[in-house]
Formats: sequence, C-alpha cells, structure tokens
Amino acid sequence: MRLGHALGAAGAIMRRELRRFVEQRSRLASALVRPVLWLMVFAAGFQNVFGVSIIPPYQTYITYQVYVLPGLAAMVLLFNGMQSSLSLVYDREMGMMRLLLTAPLPRWWLLLAKLAAGVMLSLVQVYAFLGIAALFDVRLPLAGYIAVLPALLLAALMLGAIGLLLSATIRQLENFAGAMNFVIFPMFFLSSALYPLWKIGEAASALVYYLCLINPFTYAVELIRFAAYGRLEPLSLAVVGGVTLNAFAAALLAYDPQRGLLGRARPQPA
Amino acid sequence: MGEIVSWPHRTPAREGEMVLKVAGVSRHYGGRRALDGVDLAVGPGEVVALLGPNGAGKTTLFRIIEALIPADGGTVAVAGLDVVQQPARALAALGIVFQETTLDLDLTVAENLHYYAALRGLPRRGRAAAVQQALARLGLEDRAASRARELSGGLRRRVELARALIGAPALLLLDEPSDALDPASRIALRAEIDRLRRLTGCGVLWATHLVEEVSNADRVVILDRGRVIAAGPPAAIIAAAGGASLTDAFLALTGKRG
Repeated sequence: MRLGHALGAAGAIMRRELRRFVEQRSRLASALVRPVLWLMVFAAGFQNVFGVSIIPPYQTYITYQVYVLPGLAAMVLLFNGMQSSLSLVYDREMGMMRLLLTAPLPRWWLLLAKLAAGVMLSLVQVYAFLGIAALFDVRLPLAGYIAVLPALLLAALMLGAIGLLLSATIRQLENFAGAMNFVIFPMFFLSSALYPLWKIGEAASALVYYLCLINPFTYAVELIRFAAYGRLEPLSLAVVGGVTLNAFAAALLAYDPQRGLLGRARPQPA
Repeated sequence: MGEIVSWPHRTPAREGEMVLKVAGVSRHYGGRRALDGVDLAVGPGEVVALLGPNGAGKTTLFRIIEALIPADGGTVAVAGLDVVQQPARALAALGIVFQETTLDLDLTVAENLHYYAALRGLPRRGRAAAVQQALARLGLEDRAASRARELSGGLRRRVELARALIGAPALLLLDEPSDALDPASRIALRAEIDRLRRLTGCGVLWATHLVEEVSNADRVVILDRGRVIAAGPPAAIIAAAGGASLTDAFLALTGKRG
C-alpha cells in the first residue's frame, strides 16, 4: 500500500463525508438541539431536585447542569456514531459501499478512513455543543476545552467503531430505526451520563446497576468528565480503548468477504 | 439444455496473456448451487459477453471477481493476480460498471470522477488530467459541473463508464450496464464500449441477458443455472445450436424455447 495512495483515498473519503454533512444543514441543527434541550430544559428543571455531592473529579459542589455536561457531550458522539452507521447502510443500499470496497486498498484502511471521517464530524458537533453550553454559562474549566480533546477523540472512535460493526449487521435502512432504539437509548440511560453510578447502586436494582457498570458508554462519559478537569481516569481509558479495538476488529471481520457477514448474506441476485 | 459448444480451434493464449482467468469457480448458498465449476477467460482488447437468463449466476460471478464475496472453489486471476491472494493489486487492474448506479448523486460529475481517481491512487497532480481525459472520451465535458442527480439514466451510465476507465484498467467489468436504458442509449453505449476497447486495449467482460446487444462480441459465454453451457464466437454458437440468430441459439441452449 503506497502511503500517498492511502492518504489520498482517506482524504477523499473524509472530504465526501464533510461535504454531505455541510449540505445536510438540518443535521448539525438537530445534533445540537437534542443535547441543548437536555441541558437547558431537563437539567435546568431538575437543578433544585438533584443535588450532586462532591465526587471526583469535582472538588466543590457543582450544579446538576455541570454534572450532565460531559454526559451530553458523549451523547453527541453517540448519536453521530450511529448517524455514521446509518450513512454506511445508506451507502450500501445506494451502491457506493460496493464502489468503496472494490478500491485497490486494504479493507481495514478503507473502513478506518470511514471511521475517521465520522470522528471528524463528531468532534465538530461536540465542540459546537460545548460552545453553546458556554453561552448559557455551563462551562468546563478553560484549560479543559483543550484537555478534553483526546478523551473526546477516543470516545468518538469507540462509538464510531460500534456503529461500524452495527452497520454490517443491518441490511436495510428500514431496519435501522428499530436497531437504534435498542442501542442509543439503553446505552445513554444505563450509564453515568445523567446520574452518578453510586446513586444508581442505591436506588435501582442490582441488575440495572450491573448493566450500567458493563456499559462502555459509562466509561466514555467518565473519561470525558475526568479529562475535562485535567485528570486521567485509567479504568475508563482502558475500557474505552479496549472496546474501540475490539469493535473495530469485529467490524473488519464482518466486512471481510472471505469470512464476514457480507459474504454470508442472503443469496445474491444472479 | 443444449450440449456444450467448445471453442473453435484457437491457439490457446499463454497464461500471462489473459486479463481475466476464471478457473473452476463454484459458489453455493445453502443447498442452492449458484455457480458450478465455471471456466472463462478474457484476453486483452477482447469483448467477451456473459449471457444468461435471470438467476444464471452472472452477478454472483462478478461479485467473486470483484472480491466482494468468496468462491467456495476455484480461482480467479485478474491480469495474472489472484483476487484472494492479492486483492488490492487485482482490483487495481479492474474497472467496473456495476449493475446498479453507484454515483454519489449529490456530487457533480467531475467530483464523482475525482473521488474515484483518489480511491484508485492517482496522484493529485495527475488526477485533474485523468478526469479531463475521461470526460473527453465520453463527450461529457459540458456536464462536468452537473450534479449526478440531474442526469438521465443514459448519461449516468456514460459517467460510470468514464469513471471505470480512469487508471487504464486491464479489464472492464460491465454488469448489465444497459438494463435501464432506452434502445437508442443502448446502441450508443455499445458503440462507446467498442470504440474504447480499441482505443485503450482493455479486455471487456459484459454480463447481460439482452442477447442481441452482444451479438457482435468476440466471444460469448452462456451461463445457465451456474454452469457454462456454451462458449465461443457468436457464429460458432449459432451454427452449433441451430437457429438464425444468437437469440435463437440462446433459447435453444437454455431450453427456454416454448
């Protein structure tokens, strides 16, 4: 694989995704409205109901809105990761995926380029959200906007890789909405995005607590939360990194014509 | 089903001459046999028509050549490169017009070609010239700035053909390229392909169920229920199977004549 060829192809893939994103003007708007509503309506409304005791990485009492900010940032990444998955299914239905997979490049590179394109869009959206939140006086520490970037990048990679794996299993766009309901909302609610895990442990059943504990999204949220305050949370880093690698490896297998799900598809039209 | 018609007495080409060599390829879906021991070859500058009724296995064979699905047995080599052992290099020698449209309808014609050229590995410096050459070859210069969505079916096919020729492939795979086209567009497409293969010297494997469309191909391979039942120049097949035309021969060989 020539480096120039590989980078040129990756650049073309990313430019195409960026172009599509820019032309779908409603996509950025809807990506921002969702978390802003959660922040300014849900979190604001529960401000006086939920108190958050001092837990790491916070060193003082914080408002509920400050607490949910990392979780909502992760929500932006989650939705865009799944949106990228939808885009892959659309490409497959429209034939563009076939064009991509017959490019003379290793398949892992092509899929990595698609993943990178999704991550790029995720980062644009999440920083737009953080900017809007700052306008409403819900902020990270100033240095945190830079310090949080690696965590956002890794979380976006993980959620994009999960989306990539999911796209290999969904055959038609019509099936996508149903699949998303089983992925996005359980991942978001069964996590520490809206409430600390120890509160779930106290209030909810052991099963719910356990599900939150094994949910990789929990660790993405905590990775972002700690990074925003200049701290590294080792367990979260390990889980997010491990899930990213495993999900991407599984997606590569799924997209491998010699072994994967695409090759074992229903009989092709002959 | 008709008897197998062997190729005429043609000096076998050296292995290395063939731009495509399919040897003993089989593929099953559960209990259903989609392909069974298929052999065919395409030489440089040669147009080989792959004929078969719906369900014969044409698209399955193409998917195997394109390394999109695995064969259960046999080998496929494009320009001497095995598609399983060296998929990237084999794919670099292929230009494909897929059965369904694979243009990004939101991009312009030129943008679609640039995207493809980047995927093929053309250096940025040479990309513009390659795209311009492709547009000129198919008379599409004045449509370069048009979005693919605005084009008719015939024009979209021409764009896809122009795109497939970028990078000077050794083999052009055409998977039922004229399916959605009107008769005039089909004739025009056939003429374009004939002109381009003489110009570029690439081999062409053309899959279709529209028999008369490929009646002046160099060779015809007839596939039925996953097996090659006849192969050779059209005249030889017509003579062996009887009838006045390739369509008659095709119907006789596939047992479809009422």
